[in-house]
Amino acid sequence: MGEKVFTNCTNAGPVSVYVKDGKVTRMRPLVADQKDFRQWTIVAGDKTYSPPRKFAVAPYVHADRRRLYSEGRIKYPMKRIDFDPDGERNPQNRGKSPYVRITWDEALDIVSSELKRVSETYGGAAISGMTSSHHNWGIVGYKMGPFARFMNMLEFTPVLDNPDSWEGWHWGATHTYGFYWRLGMPEPYDMLEDALQNAEMIVLWSNDPDTTRGTYTGQDSALWRQWLKEKGVKMVFIDPFYNYTAAVMEGKWIAPRMGTDTAMAMAIAYVWITEDTYDKEYVKDRTIGFDEFKPYVLGDIDGEPKTPEWAEQESGVKARVIRALAREWAAKRTVLSGGARGGEGGACRTAFGTEWARMMVLLQAMQGLGKPGRSIWGTTMGAPSDTRTWFPAYADPAGRVATSKVANHLPVNPTKQRLWRLTLPDAVLNPPVSWYGEGFCGQSLEQQFTHFTYPMEGYPEIKLFYRYGGSFMGTMSDTSKWVRMYQSPKLEFVVNQDIWFNSETRMADIILPACSNFERDDVGEWGACGGYTCHASSGCNFRIVVRQQKAIEPLYESKSDYQIFTLLAERLGRKEEFTDGKTELEWVKAFFDSSDLPQHISWEKFNEKGYYIVNITDDYQSTPSLRWFAEGRDCDTPDPNNPKRGTIQAKELGTYSGKIEFASESLKSKFPDDQERPVVPRYLKSWEGHHSETFQKYSLQLLSPHPRFSFHCHYDNHTDWLDDIPTHRIKKDGYAWWPARINPLDAELRGIRSGDIVRLYNDRGSVLCCAVVTERVREGVIHSYASSAKYDPLIPGNADSPDKGGCVNILTPSRMVSQHAPGMTPNSCLIEIEKWEG
Amino acid sequence: MARYSILIDIAKCNGCYNCFLACRDEYYGNDYLPYSAAQPLNGQFWMQVKEIERGVYPKPKVSYIPTPCMHCETAPCMIAAQDGAVYRRDDGIVMIDPQKAHGQKGIVNACPYRVIYWNEDTQIPQKCTMCAHRLDEGETLPRCVESCPTGALVFGDLDDPQSEIARLSAQVQTESLHPEFKTGASVQYVGIPRRFVTGEIVFSDNESECAPNVKVKLTGEGQDRETVTDIFGDFEFEGLDKNGTYVVSVEADGYEPVEIEFTMLSDINFGEIELDPK
Repeated sequence: MGEKVFTNCTNAGPVSVYVKDGKVTRMRPLVADQKDFRQWTIVAGDKTYSPPRKFAVAPYVHADRRRLYSEGRIKYPMKRIDFDPDGERNPQNRGKSPYVRITWDEALDIVSSELKRVSETYGGAAISGMTSSHHNWGIVGYKMGPFARFMNMLEFTPVLDNPDSWEGWHWGATHTYGFYWRLGMPEPYDMLEDALQNAEMIVLWSNDPDTTRGTYTGQDSALWRQWLKEKGVKMVFIDPFYNYTAAVMEGKWIAPRMGTDTAMAMAIAYVWITEDTYDKEYVKDRTIGFDEFKPYVLGDIDGEPKTPEWAEQESGVKARVIRALAREWAAKRTVLSGGARGGEGGACRTAFGTEWARMMVLLQAMQGLGKPGRSIWGTTMGAPSDTRTWFPAYADPAGRVATSKVANHLPVNPTKQRLWRLTLPDAVLNPPVSWYGEGFCGQSLEQQFTHFTYPMEGYPEIKLFYRYGGSFMGTMSDTSKWVRMYQSPKLEFVVNQDIWFNSETRMADIILPACSNFERDDVGEWGACGGYTCHASSGCNFRIVVRQQKAIEPLYESKSDYQIFTLLAERLGRKEEFTDGKTELEWVKAFFDSSDLPQHISWEKFNEKGYYIVNITDDYQSTPSLRWFAEGRDCDTPDPNNPKRGTIQAKELGTYSGKIEFASESLKSKFPDDQERPVVPRYLKSWEGHHSETFQKYSLQLLSPHPRFSFHCHYDNHTDWLDDIPTHRIKKDGYAWWPARINPLDAELRGIRSGDIVRLYNDRGSVLCCAVVTERVREGVIHSYASSAKYDPLIPGNADSPDKGGCVNILTPSRMVSQHAPGMTPNSCLIEIEKWEG
Repeated sequence: MARYSILIDIAKCNGCYNCFLACRDEYYGNDYLPYSAAQPLNGQFWMQVKEIERGVYPKPKVSYIPTPCMHCETAPCMIAAQDGAVYRRDDGIVMIDPQKAHGQKGIVNACPYRVIYWNEDTQIPQKCTMCAHRLDEGETLPRCVESCPTGALVFGDLDDPQSEIARLSAQVQTESLHPEFKTGASVQYVGIPRRFVTGEIVFSDNESECAPNVKVKLTGEGQDRETVTDIFGDFEFEGLDKNGTYVVSVEADGYEPVEIEFTMLSDINFGEIELDPK
């Protein structure tokens, strides 16, 4: 039989899928007709820059075939051996007991009757469920589609999404420059052109774009940084780890002690104020509250001038280095790159991480944010990109099976009760819990001030937990508590629906096998998020919408998530209500019809050819981000969610004053006396850092950034080809260990050598890793990536057991950024490390 | 006739391993006889990426050396092979015939670059074929090169003056990974890391300021180079010889000059070099 080629898309790039005899034989970055690309060109000085006509997908995408056929696939529906819905449920054995294979009929009967029982006994709000992000790509099958639609029908208690990865920007920077409709990230428009034409220096502060890759946009931007390097743009990296971008860019490395970045930032402001090298005109016209900020920096308020010498005491970075950096920054057109999307970065995922993110905005404000070459730009978005051709993305309400108007019927969930992802285990084990903020607060600043208590008055506690697609053992904080939650009898029934066995799968009573996006029909645009991350596909050199063609039949007994929810809905007598009378392919077509694509390509052609490249047009106009603001013009960027755009307030930012706020008006209105996220940003000593009492016992700081060769907890454990990449895992004695990087001085003190198995530990738990002794990490810091997908406790089902798989988030604290800012703080974590002799 | 080669620019490689993974995807479990037999799950790296960390905190360097079969003109594997089990195609690609090479472990051991791998299960030596089976189908690039995001890998015909690889090879100094093996490697490199020396100049009477624009000279092993410190007072000389002996001398107006002689037993970071006022 001949070879057939199908198109598909992953969370980091489009692919061509080669199938022979019903089996996928290989996958390439999507092979498109060269004529379909229209190359763009940026002119900078006497040079021109154009990308090649191809898709530079992320590394792990090349291993998707291996992941598809992984031995870790859930092959059949299963039931925990000692779970009897009509008798003993034995919740204490979740995570311990083995499973038996059951039929789909049995599984669907149990799950549907449990849904019915819990709903009838306690109300729909006693059902809750949770999803991970992007174990798959495609808007029809995405979590916000079928899962949300089905759960809304049941009137479940949703778990609010946590803006994890950019906590400080979401809970802090928004109160400084607005952009709440981008969850604290700046606009990305035409920033590549601006940098190539204008930047003389780029300060990458807590940012490793070659590793985090603009989240979903693969490696297209790696080439942009090559261009900038070849052009001679100086790069400075502020990071406790000599990260991968620093390595290839060969920039200046500055390694502050963790948790002291804000002190360094204050000292930079001090140099500018005392040497009179900030943009006074801009500060006067475009900002407010500088008069409240300046005295703090100068020490008039607390008697402590924030000099470089003072910052050296805190950060360990020589005062002269801080001073030289500050002077160069003021003298040269400098881009601040504070995380992959402009914002983000591990420095914001710490105790009081809001203050660092706010300072990033304020430092750049002092140098004229928005003027040529003086942007906040992550170096991963902002290629010339068409914004007029609309195609729905997963975060657009119009791009979800659950909420799109392409549906005839939309189930509405009347339940007001909410859970907060980070405190979910606490909510189950020790209610009540309370917090501020509606998760992703993209509608207004005030959403951050909504106070929630669980259980909400008039609502039941949750009794049934539906886990879907992935695991949080490697990605949330203090994750032993998740094991304790699962073993609580308060959760009467737990179901886990996934493609692969993940770290939480074996905590369920019933396991349902789903299939991947290579085994069903879908559609999706590469890198496009929509919603609060609008126009994210400008991180790709070319926009491409992919008809994700079903390449093979679902493996084993797996079914698409849509199919599974359809079958459950049928048993509940609500099939029609769930499906809206549509098959998956009919949803695909409905979304296609609702978009602008039919103006360019027919459904038949798109369906058959498998993709459409959205090129820029002849009349493409560059509108660099925030240039309008710096120049006092109306917003001219195509940022559709900017609520002031096109109004009489179009010159303003999204803050209360419309200006950049050194003293935040929004914080002043709600929490005027908050000392942890004060009205004017401060440097606050970490509650788990070098000043804290715990430091006597655990004197090493754990740095756990997003990983380089996997995505959240996806790929890693189900894609063993990656285990041959020693940056990712290290094979020793028949096991692929998670690396922990340690400075030679710290290693010698503890008798640790490269290749030793070591125990990372504190009072919260123990994790085994493989030591890598390296000059790339600052003394006093252990670098080990977050997101191991292999939770592998030595004693299964025991929350206190050491984990062999490298889930270092077992060690990270539960405590939030601050009392009113409920973000996680994995980079405020003290540990000790020892050679493991076990 | 074509003369295929890969040109590898070390400075552009960010160590993403796309090349290694694309190769694994092409060959794992897939027989392309008579070109190649399937790559096994473990132990074979037809495109191996070697990480090289050099230097000392806080001035380390990291490089990656993508290492495929070098497709040598005087290939030791060809000489070691019996029955013509290893042969060179007219386009320069060195191939192992999976059938004829059965049982010939000597082919693996003959390679000084260690880029031929022994398959225990099938008892055959295996290695990179530059995706010859695809080129013959009309593809223009091997999978590794196709997936390189930064242009660190360039593939093409050296005999075609219009090709990118021919153009680049004429412009830059290319070299073999190990010229001392004298095998006439077709795969060529730019910027193979050597040894480097670095340091930070500090004025002892003003340690609160960096010392930019200070003249630093390096002599020795026939070299006579000069640089100035950057805004942080840092300087660096890259591309020095292993075990070479050099002298770094620092001069600044009003300060006593400093001269340091050293041998490059490894990469050197002097740390702070203090200049005392005259």
